[in-house]
Amino acid sequence: MARALVNVPTKVKRGDVVEIKVLISHPMETGFRPDPNGKFYPRDILKSFACTYDSEHVFSAELFPAVSANPFLSFTVVATQTGVLTFSWTDDKDQTQVQTAKIEVE
Amino acid sequence: MKSAAPVGALALIAALGAFAALAQIAEADRKSGSAFMSAQTQQMQHDDGTNPGMLSALDGESLWKTKTGGADKSCADCHGEAQTSMKGVAARFPAFNEASQTPIDLQGRINLCRQDQQKDTPLAPESRDLLALSTFIGLQSRGMPTAPPDDQRLTPFRERGRALWSQRMGQLNFSCAQCHEDNWGKHLGSAPIPQAHANAYPIYRLEWQGMGSLQRRLRNCMSGVRAQAFPYGAQEFIELELYLAQRARGMPVETPGVRP
Repeated sequence: MARALVNVPTKVKRGDVVEIKVLISHPMETGFRPDPNGKFYPRDILKSFACTYDSEHVFSAELFPAVSANPFLSFTVVATQTGVLTFSWTDDKDQTQVQTAKIEVE
Repeated sequence: MKSAAPVGALALIAALGAFAALAQIAEADRKSGSAFMSAQTQQMQHDDGTNPGMLSALDGESLWKTKTGGADKSCADCHGEAQTSMKGVAARFPAFNEASQTPIDLQGRINLCRQDQQKDTPLAPESRDLLALSTFIGLQSRGMPTAPPDDQRLTPFRERGRALWSQRMGQLNFSCAQCHEDNWGKHLGSAPIPQAHANAYPIYRLEWQGMGSLQRRLRNCMSGVRAQAFPYGAQEFIELELYLAQRARGMPVETPGVRP
């Protein structure tokens, strides 16, 4: 599916608040934009994003047509243990793209 | 006040001189377009994890390795690792093309390779793949100084580019130089007027929500002054690109740039 850039610090201290930055390529077609013939391009957006930290749900977001193309999200989590962060984006066709990143806690 | 007339004449000459001098920004005063952006946008460009242009560069990297066309060859089959073979290449374009005896820009060069070596159809201007490949190749020159070639054969084309730069056009009757040389640093509406150095292309423009080439940006300015924009790939654009490269000589390449 789409290309995504995930930015997670690899080595952190226990209890640190770490910033996670994710960027994904997606047209985020609103459904309100007419083509040269006046017909609307069909809506095609990512409607939700979720992040789990070792299967614990830590962050999620709903996205709407007003969100720009290639949405960028940034949020923080508390580093509790060495584990895997899983990021998933779901589009209008209910297709989900999943990306993972390891985080090492000292 | 017996010397009033000569003083007046001198003032006129000085004014004319100033007008001529304005046609060139002093080297020490040159600033990349990124210097006119907000701190957030600068931050976005400098961090590869947040620069949306990097998505395009990654696309380009996979295209670089993809076999295509009648020859079933990838870019990498001839050029090898782009990290070494393409280092500094984008900083030297536009360059003179022997076969056509005309200058070509990087996009033109990519499409020539595609037709001659890969035996494939050329990529459409501003297509996702062409932008991705030129972003990826441009990225290999990031941080290196813009180094237009000292090729005598380019001179007449570059001079035509220089003339176009100060040619008034469109219903608003503005030349490029009137905004970007005489009035840089001021505002057009709320937007600061940059010096128009072409050292970060292709750029991810937030207004476009996508990548675009220098030609797209030039067409944008042309419709801004309500002129009929040249078509993509027009000789005039290549000539302007040549002059802009000369103007930005020595400025570090920022590809992929982020612009508001």
